Amino acid sequence: MSAATTHRAASGLPKNELTSQPKSALAWLTLPALLFFAVFAVIPLIGVLILSFAKWDGIGAIGAAGMENWTSVLADPDLYNSLGLTFLIMIVSWLVQTPISLLLGVFTAGTQRYRAALAVLYFLPLLLSSAAVAIAYKALLDPNFGLAMGLGLPFLAQDWLGVPQLALGLIIFVIAWQFVPFHTLIYQGGVRQIPKSLYEAAQIDGAGTIKQFFHITLPQLKYTIITSSTLMVVGSLTYFDLIFVLTGGGPGNSTRILALDMYLRGFRANLMGPASVIAVILVVIGLALALFLQRLGGKDKQGSQLEGM
Amino acid sequence: MKTSEGYFGQNPMALPASPTLENYQLVLEANFSTYFMNSVMVTLGSVIPTVLMSFMAAFAIVRGRGRYLKFVNGIFLMGLAIPLQATIIPIYLMIIRLNLYDSLLAIMLPSIAFAIPLTVLILSNFIRDVPNELFESMRLDGCSDWQTMWRLALPLTRPAIVTVAIYNGLHVWNGFLLPLVLTQSPELRVLPLGLWTFQGEFSVNIPAVLASVVLSTLPILVIYVLGRRQLVSGLTAGFSK
Repeated sequence: MSAATTHRAASGLPKNELTSQPKSALAWLTLPALLFFAVFAVIPLIGVLILSFAKWDGIGAIGAAGMENWTSVLADPDLYNSLGLTFLIMIVSWLVQTPISLLLGVFTAGTQRYRAALAVLYFLPLLLSSAAVAIAYKALLDPNFGLAMGLGLPFLAQDWLGVPQLALGLIIFVIAWQFVPFHTLIYQGGVRQIPKSLYEAAQIDGAGTIKQFFHITLPQLKYTIITSSTLMVVGSLTYFDLIFVLTGGGPGNSTRILALDMYLRGFRANLMGPASVIAVILVVIGLALALFLQRLGGKDKQGSQLEGM
Repeated sequence: MKTSEGYFGQNPMALPASPTLENYQLVLEANFSTYFMNSVMVTLGSVIPTVLMSFMAAFAIVRGRGRYLKFVNGIFLMGLAIPLQATIIPIYLMIIRLNLYDSLLAIMLPSIAFAIPLTVLILSNFIRDVPNELFESMRLDGCSDWQTMWRLALPLTRPAIVTVAIYNGLHVWNGFLLPLVLTQSPELRVLPLGLWTFQGEFSVNIPAVLASVVLSTLPILVIYVLGRRQLVSGLTAGFSK
């Protein structure tokens, strides 16, 4: 950053219109944002790599650990359990959410009359925090006091969060409930950008609605599918809040995904070193997946952000 | 099972019995207002600096030239790919070392940092759409870059600013991990964290738990009803452009 900032004209002086002097004054405007971002995002990213070679219990002094954290974590069967679960949830969530959001996106991009009214209800899950969603589901599915008792629906009276398979299924369902609306919005935007003339031409050629969907809509949505999938897949690495509140990783370790594994090792077991190893693995997997999916789409005009969702 | 009112309406124990606000009262008595105010402060305290700093950076990136600004832009683009979760341990360490542990400021600082890249990206896309002639005429009138930024770019990009502010606000309002890791005292809990502890305290009183969920969602619902268009475009901000 030094090159442009060192020779800066004093502000307030009339600017020389022939040189690029005013441009270097502009550079100062980026400093607050850049500093903030560097201190609280870039340095922690480097810090996590360093901490993965350190010994720290979260309170006391930090010492060097060499390769110890890495060897112990990589030899730990829990890691492979978490990795497997993370990928399982990622793949199943993708398989569940993509077709639903795609079809809903195509549907809501149309011009039906009741669409606006539907949209109001439909986008509500987007506004709720993961913690609120998880708490509401947990309360409603409580086998003794939840919906099952109140509405007299015995089939709901299962110990949803007590049986590994049910808990995993429930998590995938709740994730879909929460995130399908968001991806529907993305697809809706994508569908609206498809030129109408393509459909008119297809109609003249006698193609039906289904044929149009497979031969025009789907291929035209290629980049939208890649954007949405990138967000979905990389975002699935970070479904922390929801699973933390809903199951806390249990029963046993059956829903302990990587992000949760990191948290529990670091902030519950006070093993910050091994937890940092998991964090590094998370970053690497996230970047690899994002790059792979972008490559898949050829040159996609960027548009993937993974943080947050 | 679509709306939060739906949850409440379908609530097995609220419907048959005479509808009562007792549960809401219970929740309100349990420090709900403190959590609410904490959430408001954290959200405003994060969103306003984020938007302000990002707007200035975006303006410089669009209007300026040179290697430094390209480099800054590149840094922010890369920043989009940093997941917050993976950096939580060093952030925790830094916050402790800065003596900020267990304060609302501790939640705001990383929230701002992680909101900056996308905000800069979206705002610079919009500033780029401002016709160049307008900037030229400002310059001929003798306005400095600083004046141009506030008098021309800011009013013209106001819709985009509202959109990113809503997007960021929603994220901070709903954030769970940062408050969970960086605060401890009950009086500093933000809403999602407060909900989580309600759930522990009232575990058997399902209507009260649901009442707290409804109450925590109410402010967002009000904003949603008032500004649905801005909000929906805010949610997909950055993906349609």
